[in-house]
Amino acid sequence: MAEHFRLTVNGNESELEASPDTPLLYALRNDLGLKGTRFGCGNGQCGACFVLIDGHPAPACDTPLWSVAGKIITTVEGLSKGRELHPLHNAFLAEQAAQCGYCTSGILISAAALLAKNLRPTEREVREALDRNLCRCGSHNRMVRAVLRAARE
Amino acid sequence: MNTVAETRLKRPASLEKNPRLSQWLHVHRDGTVSIYSGKVEIGQGILTALAQIAAEELGIAVERIRMVPADTALSPDEGVTSGSLSIQDSGVALRRACAQARTLLLERATARLGVSGGDLRVEDGSVHAAGRSTSFWECADDALFDRDVEETAALRSPRDYRVVGKPAPRRDLPDKIAGRPRFIQDMALPGMLYGRVVRPPHNFAGLISLDDSKVKSMPGLAAIVRDGGFVGVLAEREDVAISAQRALRLAASWREADPPPRDVHTWLKEHAAEHRVISEKENADARSRATRALEASYTKPFLSHASIGPSCAIAQIDDGKLAVWTHSQGIFNLRRDLALALGMREDAIVVRHAEGAGCYGHNGADDAALDAALLARAARGRPVQVQWMRDDEFAWAPCGPAMALSLRAALDAHGGIVDWEHELWSNGHSSRPGRADDPALLAAWHLARPHKRPSAINMPLPAGAADRNAIPIYDFPSQRVVNHYVREMPVRTSALRSLGAYANVFAIESFMDELAQTAGIDPIAFRLRHLKDPRGRAVIEAAAWRAEWDRWKPAEGRGHGIGFARYKNLGAYCAAVAEVEVGHDVRVERLILAVDVGLVINPDGVINQIEGGAIQSTSWTLKEQVKLGARGIASLGWEDYPILKFSEAPVVEVELIDRPELPAVGAGEAAQGPTAAAIANAVAHALGLRMRDLPLTHERIAAAISQST
Repeated sequence: MAEHFRLTVNGNESELEASPDTPLLYALRNDLGLKGTRFGCGNGQCGACFVLIDGHPAPACDTPLWSVAGKIITTVEGLSKGRELHPLHNAFLAEQAAQCGYCTSGILISAAALLAKNLRPTEREVREALDRNLCRCGSHNRMVRAVLRAARE
Repeated sequence: MNTVAETRLKRPASLEKNPRLSQWLHVHRDGTVSIYSGKVEIGQGILTALAQIAAEELGIAVERIRMVPADTALSPDEGVTSGSLSIQDSGVALRRACAQARTLLLERATARLGVSGGDLRVEDGSVHAAGRSTSFWECADDALFDRDVEETAALRSPRDYRVVGKPAPRRDLPDKIAGRPRFIQDMALPGMLYGRVVRPPHNFAGLISLDDSKVKSMPGLAAIVRDGGFVGVLAEREDVAISAQRALRLAASWREADPPPRDVHTWLKEHAAEHRVISEKENADARSRATRALEASYTKPFLSHASIGPSCAIAQIDDGKLAVWTHSQGIFNLRRDLALALGMREDAIVVRHAEGAGCYGHNGADDAALDAALLARAARGRPVQVQWMRDDEFAWAPCGPAMALSLRAALDAHGGIVDWEHELWSNGHSSRPGRADDPALLAAWHLARPHKRPSAINMPLPAGAADRNAIPIYDFPSQRVVNHYVREMPVRTSALRSLGAYANVFAIESFMDELAQTAGIDPIAFRLRHLKDPRGRAVIEAAAWRAEWDRWKPAEGRGHGIGFARYKNLGAYCAAVAEVEVGHDVRVERLILAVDVGLVINPDGVINQIEGGAIQSTSWTLKEQVKLGARGIASLGWEDYPILKFSEAPVVEVELIDRPELPAVGAGEAAQGPTAAAIANAVAHALGLRMRDLPLTHERIAAAISQST
């Protein structure tokens, strides 16, 4: 049965009605209109739907609404401050670090979590931090370069 | 001035089919220009490159160009966005159209200003003369472009290029990187319902029964749709549609289909329906010099496109008209097959392209469009969005065909190849929509009045399909190449990036190394000795130079190798050098690629495509194979179909050889074959053992080592 939920997403409080088992992904995308978080596999294996939950990257496809009550959720849209893009966004643009871009949001989330705890990661640390995310187009190296650039700038 | 290469070109097919100038561009009063291309953005940056070409010939800033997403109601029909042909097809057509448009605009500007042509100063669409000025934006009207595209307008010389040949940032990336809605999966039309199709995650021969009693009462469910073995659900919420789909799957019983063969490669060799000799050169004199003969067999498994974003479509039926949004690579062909499957007239259907995740060939995009259209019939005018789940995509999207290859060659006493034979066995490499009497769309085969499933076919040479790149580019005095076509399909197959070229180049280039070793000649010297083509020699030499091939320091478990091809024997030249370390697994440390795509439109775009192709090929070569079980495809998730991870991606270096005087060709499929061969040759170099079956997994290496000891 549908229940009332109050979520804290990107610093805003939002309310919605949904079943407690609803994956967070659909609440974000369809109730709150935050389409940057994307469906990839439905069981947390590809990273396309990663969001930060209390600062930790987690798959929104696999996270039921009941489990995020009272937690702080950040999506790719929330990495920017208003119109000002996050340094990672700018670095990804500067490095043209994408082909199709479908996996990009989840990768930015993993990278943001890394940079939040490690200001100067090595290339190896970046690769390890992104290892839970899949990219099919082969843009891996560009994205690694972009994360290192964001850390420098 | 026309370049030598341009004048050699025939009138492009895109212009034959879409001859009116107004079909290609529209100049707006606000100083922008809409460019209509039939090619679609599939995440490789083609619309950016086409915008560069249009801006160059119009002589205006690229920022003024608006690329209109392909739409059957608005756009020229340019077939399918595939085969690395978009620069050749749409690029050449737009170049001509925009050159003519500029000429027409200048004529009109001249008349307006009342001056003769020579006194004009033209800059970014502004035209000045004798102290007065006008602009393209003022001069254009609908009548001006209402004429055929002619071949007479002078094309800008590559020497004068200001936009083409310079790195241009991708136009679609700002949205995609900021996480703004951009993909078809992100579209939310007013009143939209969410749909899912209920298919078992395995092959089936029919639906026996479906007990929908529990699902029917699910809150938020809008409809259960059934037409023969096609079952779908519609719901107000996406999560409810998914829950209903999962529940109905459990409540359905399916008639089992025949199991696929256990040993696909043996089966292929036993089931060939057609045998075609595609190249034959006989030279008895050369053959008589043979002193040693060698033969080897190679295999490639079924591969999945394995897009990160499962296929998606939106459909809406309103007043008997169907509108479809799709990430199909061929919107006109899809419209034709939708009309066949739905029993509608083509002119009652509009198909619009919306960007999806990378597809790498014919995946489930077109199928999802028919799914959405079938569900839209039950939506009372509301739009319906369907996205496949991960297991739908793995189980139902077409696979790249498995292939078996046998090669034989003879060497003379000096290590020269005097005879060459190449045989391949494969299903067809294309079952795209728009080409058969029956719709090539999945759901059409499951309806109460089912359509026949068309067999995958091969497009003819010289581009070819299963036999793409099977004819060696080397100069052998005597050769024979045979394509054994297998019509019966144990698994649905269709186009996957580079088609047969991946396996053919892997086999040819592996075998070249085996022969070089037998002859006791360095692999690069051995190739150069058999290759006259100067552009081919140049990329091999460039890759070897950049990789410092001659300065290789041997070390335990490490090896390097080369692979080379000219894609389709018509397109881009690419040589790859791989450096690997073989321990528990193969680790590709570095790939060095040299590429010649003729005129380079967007250097960073080409490099991005080559890097991506090389890394994707590394993934195919080391890790990927679709597993088959008793019920068909058994790789249903990433755990069963691992792909290359960030920590496994090799360093990739790209050396671009720009040839501004030669026609531009596509780059998206040039690297796959050469990379695979380079890796296999490097592994053989490291181990002293030849691996001939893809992928080169730990299990395969362990087996090869234990057999050799």
